[in-house]
Amino acid sequence: MTDTFAPATRFAVPGRIAVSNRAAAVWQTATLTEIRRETPHASTFRFVVPDWAGHLPGQHLMLRLRAEDGYVAQRHYSIASHPDDAGHVELTLDHVEGGEVSGWFHTVARPGDEVEVRGPLSGFFAWPGDRPALLLGAGSGVVPLMSMLRQHRARGLSVPLRLVVSARSPEELIYTREYGAETTAVFTRSAPKGVPVGRMAAAHVAPLLAEQPAGGWEAYVCGSNGFAEHASRLLVEAGQPVDRIRIERFG
Amino acid sequence: MHVTRGFTGRPRVPDAGLPPGQYDAGDDWPVLSAEVTPDLAPADWTFRVDGLVEQPRTWDWTQAHELPSSAYEGDIHCVTSWSKFGVRFGGVSLDAFFDVVRPHVSATHVVAYSHTGYTTNLPLEDVTGGRAWIAWEYDGKPLPAEHGGPARLLVPHLYFWKSAKWIAGLRLLDHDEPGFWEQNGYHGRGNPWEEQRYSGD
Ligand SMILES: Cc1cc2nc3c(=O)[nH]c(=O)nc-3n(C[C@H](O)[C@H](O)[C@H](O)COP(=O)(O)OP(=O)(O)OC[C@H]3O[C@@H](n4cnc5c(N)ncnc54)[C@H](O)[C@@H]3O)c2cc1C
Repeated sequence: MTDTFAPATRFAVPGRIAVSNRAAAVWQTATLTEIRRETPHASTFRFVVPDWAGHLPGQHLMLRLRAEDGYVAQRHYSIASHPDDAGHVELTLDHVEGGEVSGWFHTVARPGDEVEVRGPLSGFFAWPGDRPALLLGAGSGVVPLMSMLRQHRARGLSVPLRLVVSARSPEELIYTREYGAETTAVFTRSAPKGVPVGRMAAAHVAPLLAEQPAGGWEAYVCGSNGFAEHASRLLVEAGQPVDRIRIERFG
Repeated sequence: MHVTRGFTGRPRVPDAGLPPGQYDAGDDWPVLSAEVTPDLAPADWTFRVDGLVEQPRTWDWTQAHELPSSAYEGDIHCVTSWSKFGVRFGGVSLDAFFDVVRPHVSATHVVAYSHTGYTTNLPLEDVTGGRAWIAWEYDGKPLPAEHGGPARLLVPHLYFWKSAKWIAGLRLLDHDEPGFWEQNGYHGRGNPWEEQRYSGD
């Protein structure tokens, strides 16, 4: 009998940063200034948030919309922009079929509209830019990872960063113009000529784990739950320690 | 807050069962955990209650199943804004475990910890008096691993991050000790009816 069972501390890792609880509790007005189409189903929404406390790549915020009868809808959205874009926050939203909040953004919203946000939230998925980052994302799951990549570029960081991003097709790949040599794109339905079609696989992950940087990778996985389960299993099977895998599931 | 231009939301019927800021997820049951889903067989699952108790004890799968079974039928609410109505869980009331370990009168709080190392804190009175369970069945079937199977804590009257998946034990304390999400900015108690989402709410 394991009468002396003590909890494994492997996952009891602290968040990467301490979050400001005050910032997390206060709703602020965010004014939409720009809408950029990324793909047929995803657009980036740029906001001015004058009192934004600043965030780290990987963090998300809570956003709420209010109807005339007082009905309120609130959802979580990862922050796409990098922290040095002071006073501004960018979100990239998929247009979810029948979606209440994403539907409003994609069919009604226009520059000048105001919404409310609170955050940044959660230090767990944050990446302060200190450790080598191995990023796996699918669909809009690439949003918080792009914030990391943008920060990496903007600050000219030398710590290794690799991104493996999965999309249905090249047309549906978000931020396609921004990827460089650090990125491998995986296409599940249709791919450019000469590129195989299929799910993210061991073949994509194993080579990256073989070229371990000093101190090892900190892995960040983001996407639907199905993708998160699949990708985190690939990482574990390729030898990535479970306590160095951080997962953000969009549900 | 002012009205969002052009936002009506979906047609809706007021629902007294829906806490403020929540929506009905219907048949969906989103999975929200920050860690890799562990590969934990019932035979490897154990559940321990210790700390400020007369008789610390660890149960294995078979021993826990010998306790009187108890079901929960009702609603659950996640801090990410979805609620789920009329769900059925089967397992054992935490009271049955407490009857065996006998908490000290000085015990006021518990820290629940999982086999993955996840922790969450709760006032003792939120997990006694028929308000909390160790659940291993969902809708008459074994609880799926991604939802915390083989067994999770179930505290349905609080936001669901308190219902620690892959539950491994409870430690009784005479003070409050923030758990994983609570250290990451979430509220200490998490009552959905008072919208206690983030610390400071
Ligand atoms: C931490 C986190 C970060 C996230 N980051 C992002 C991000 O960066 N980008 C992004 O695009 N998403 C992100 N999401 C997902 C996001 O929060 C929303 O879930 C998503 O935008 C859908 O919201 P919605 O209001 O448009 O859809 P919802 O209205 O919630 O609908 C979702 C689905 O449920 C169905 N549905 C739900 N209720 C009803 C009903 N009453 N009647 C009919 N159908 C219903 C809809 O048809 C649809 O298929 C994130 C989620 C989390 C948890």
